[in-house]
Amino acid sequence: MRRFHVFGFDVRDFVWTFVMYGLTLTAVAMLLWPLLTVFGNGLQVLSWDFLLASPEDAGRSGGIAPILVSTLGIVLVSLTAALPLAFGVAVMLTEGFNPAGWPATILRCSLDILAGIPSVVFGLFGLSLFCRQLELGYSILAGGLTLACMILPTLARSLAFSLESAGVAHRAGGAALGLSKQSVLWHVMVPVALPGICAGVVLALTRALAETAVLLFTSGYSDRMPESVLDSGRSVSVHIYDLSTNVPGGTLNAYGSALALLLLLALLSFTVHALTRWMQRRMTGNTTRSL
Amino acid sequence: MTLLTDEVVAKVHPTKLRGWAFWSAMSMLALLGAAIVFLIVAFLLSESFPLIAQGGPIRFFTDEGWWPRDASFNMTPMVLASLYLTIGALVVATPLSLAISLVTTFKAPARLAHVLRNLVELSAAVPTVVYGLWGVSSIVPIVNIWSPPGASLLAGVLIVALMIIPTITVLTQSALQTVPTAYVQGATALGVSTSQTLLRIVIPAARQGIFSAMVLGAARAIGETMVVLMVCGNIVQVPTSLFDPVRALTANIALEMPYAMGDHRASLFVAGLLMLLLVSALVAVGEWVGMRQRKMIS
Amino acid sequence: MINDNRAISLEPFVRAASSVHGTVTHLSTAAEGHIDIQDLSVSYGKRTVVEGVTLRVPRNSVTALIGPSGCGKSSLLYCINRLNDLVPGCSVEGSINFSWMDNKHLAKNSTQLRRQVGMLFQRPNPFPFSIRKNLEFALRQHGIKAQADINSRIESSLREVGLWDEVHDRLDSSAIALSGGQQQRLCLARALVLNPDVLLMDEPCSALDPISTQKIETLILSLAQRRTIILVTHSLSQARRVADQVAVFWKLEGVGKLIECGKARDVFDRPRHELTQTYLQFA
Repeated sequence: MRRFHVFGFDVRDFVWTFVMYGLTLTAVAMLLWPLLTVFGNGLQVLSWDFLLASPEDAGRSGGIAPILVSTLGIVLVSLTAALPLAFGVAVMLTEGFNPAGWPATILRCSLDILAGIPSVVFGLFGLSLFCRQLELGYSILAGGLTLACMILPTLARSLAFSLESAGVAHRAGGAALGLSKQSVLWHVMVPVALPGICAGVVLALTRALAETAVLLFTSGYSDRMPESVLDSGRSVSVHIYDLSTNVPGGTLNAYGSALALLLLLALLSFTVHALTRWMQRRMTGNTTRSL
Repeated sequence: MTLLTDEVVAKVHPTKLRGWAFWSAMSMLALLGAAIVFLIVAFLLSESFPLIAQGGPIRFFTDEGWWPRDASFNMTPMVLASLYLTIGALVVATPLSLAISLVTTFKAPARLAHVLRNLVELSAAVPTVVYGLWGVSSIVPIVNIWSPPGASLLAGVLIVALMIIPTITVLTQSALQTVPTAYVQGATALGVSTSQTLLRIVIPAARQGIFSAMVLGAARAIGETMVVLMVCGNIVQVPTSLFDPVRALTANIALEMPYAMGDHRASLFVAGLLMLLLVSALVAVGEWVGMRQRKMIS
Repeated sequence: MINDNRAISLEPFVRAASSVHGTVTHLSTAAEGHIDIQDLSVSYGKRTVVEGVTLRVPRNSVTALIGPSGCGKSSLLYCINRLNDLVPGCSVEGSINFSWMDNKHLAKNSTQLRRQVGMLFQRPNPFPFSIRKNLEFALRQHGIKAQADINSRIESSLREVGLWDEVHDRLDSSAIALSGGQQQRLCLARALVLNPDVLLMDEPCSALDPISTQKIETLILSLAQRRTIILVTHSLSQARRVADQVAVFWKLEGVGKLIECGKARDVFDRPRHELTQTYLQFA
């Protein structure tokens, strides 16, 4: 290979390295910019009062308390609906069906397709099935159920993955003791996989919290405190959208809500991290190994 | 010690019945889970079919314009806008993602690489509506100084690019990690400079994985709704310059769905069906190529 | 399609059972008896790994299956407690009979079979629970609920594997905190609480240090007084130390075959098959 040397200095290598670090620096700057903007602006309005007050003047002033409650409702509904389905799917994929057979293949394919569907399409589906056909209207319930469909593949895949790793380690050991498949699954694999399952749940939670397009036309716009799951409720992400595009002068409060959302997401992932560590320590025992 | 006799077991161990109940419950749940995707396709088809049946699928590209109230449903400008946004975002995001991935995987000291990886993962978790908010309040005004109105194809391209950088970077990193270290060590032993090793050996060896990362990034970009809804201006037109406002297909669905009725509503389901097909095709291609990368190396 | 193979894999056992229909031997403590493996072949999908094995394993003795890697020893072992059912696409032909047990019943119910036939794996695989829970879990699942009964079984099986003195004061701490050798003995105790008649061991010492290996070997010898042990091992010296009977497997034309079988001393001192002669040179 020909080299370009000036006084024993490899010029081409230097230029390429320079370009590569330059591009990386640009990318890092691009990634940091929005984060820093959110923190800089958000900190100006974020306070306990902001979290505990109701929005006033279309959100320009006041806080986001009812919006946080609606968000919580939507996310809880979606988890409650998606978790049993995802558990069933994961169990059938790891223990129920032969992994090479056609039922497992169809199940896996349907998850893959579901994971690729753009969120606005889920919105269309939720609007026509839950809001119109099932007559739930624009409500927390309808929004949550639509989100459940959206987070199902994320949840099912991570559940199946953690169950499978637990199965590899303990399936044969359990079966060799004459235990039935379901008791090995229930009493060994699920406890062993629990940290992974929790991590999967939180991953799904963050996806649900971050989602906006689905909720735009399923859970509605109302910024009042919801009284039941059949009430319309505005999620934090929809609130941010509304403030930044439809409400002149709402930008600062939009940043406040965005910062609250980011902190919530960070808190969640920190919790799961700590939870995972704690459970692993508890399972593997904290005494040091001795021969 | 007594042997566990069969009688003892049969008396107190109703495993059979419990097992049957457990597995049928699980099968029902799994069946329901698998049914969702079919339900979605069925709903899209049934809602959009009446309109498709009226004039054939070609009409959505040949009608006079997008005047849904006058039964004129030409989606070409919006499809083009979505494509331009996607291609533009890829052009911006790919070199940047590739640079971060190369630096974190091969060049940077361990601690810096760790920080960079964390930053990428953090950015991946930021909701797209937050990127949209930032775009509206930071990028659009800057573009506006340059060439009004600011809300434009360019703003969309930049922010969608920012949004897909984490996706592409994470996937590219895992593709680069499949390149055997023996390749790199061998080249270094021959006295090849680091940058040449990366350019001539590592990138070609990981090209399928990188391509797959790009395609999956494109799938995310084209399906993205919030960012393009917030920063692109939402005017239905074929853009002639980067500074023209455009309306993407997804943004159109989100904008008009809340009030659309009749054929107009059906046309939005047609758009949804089109998005579904486009994104599924991209994901299928991306996953397939990515699988080949993993197979080739192992 | 492969799903069907699972059904097929059950069939030989059912057939085997019906072939001995009527010759049910009582569950006695008599030492006579043997495990009869007749013309057994195992395939994964289209690939046959071991073929035409006919082997008689005498009761209450140690039988070692030896031979190079990949000649189907472990696959054969897994058929004896039908753990091969867990492997999708695995199909088995031939029959396995336990001359002192009701084979028809065992063929119907793998749970029953696996309770009578315990197993020890290559790597120690205790459940990541407390030592106590590891031992009582299977008992509870098999319907033993009386705590006094459970405790006495736990104690006697821990004593049997020589772990009682080491762990009796920390039964509620995690099994994972034990050393590798202790874990493997715990796994043995876990199999012994069910009081199995037969113990299958798949290279039980391959992940252990020499001292732990020695403990396991001593255990094998003492357990064999009341239990039938079938041991897969790569260590010829181990086979020589513990086995009463040795079966030598070899890969011929890509398929595992049983090439020689006999009393351990005969096989080691006067191997008949020329491949065995070459192989045992390294012993």
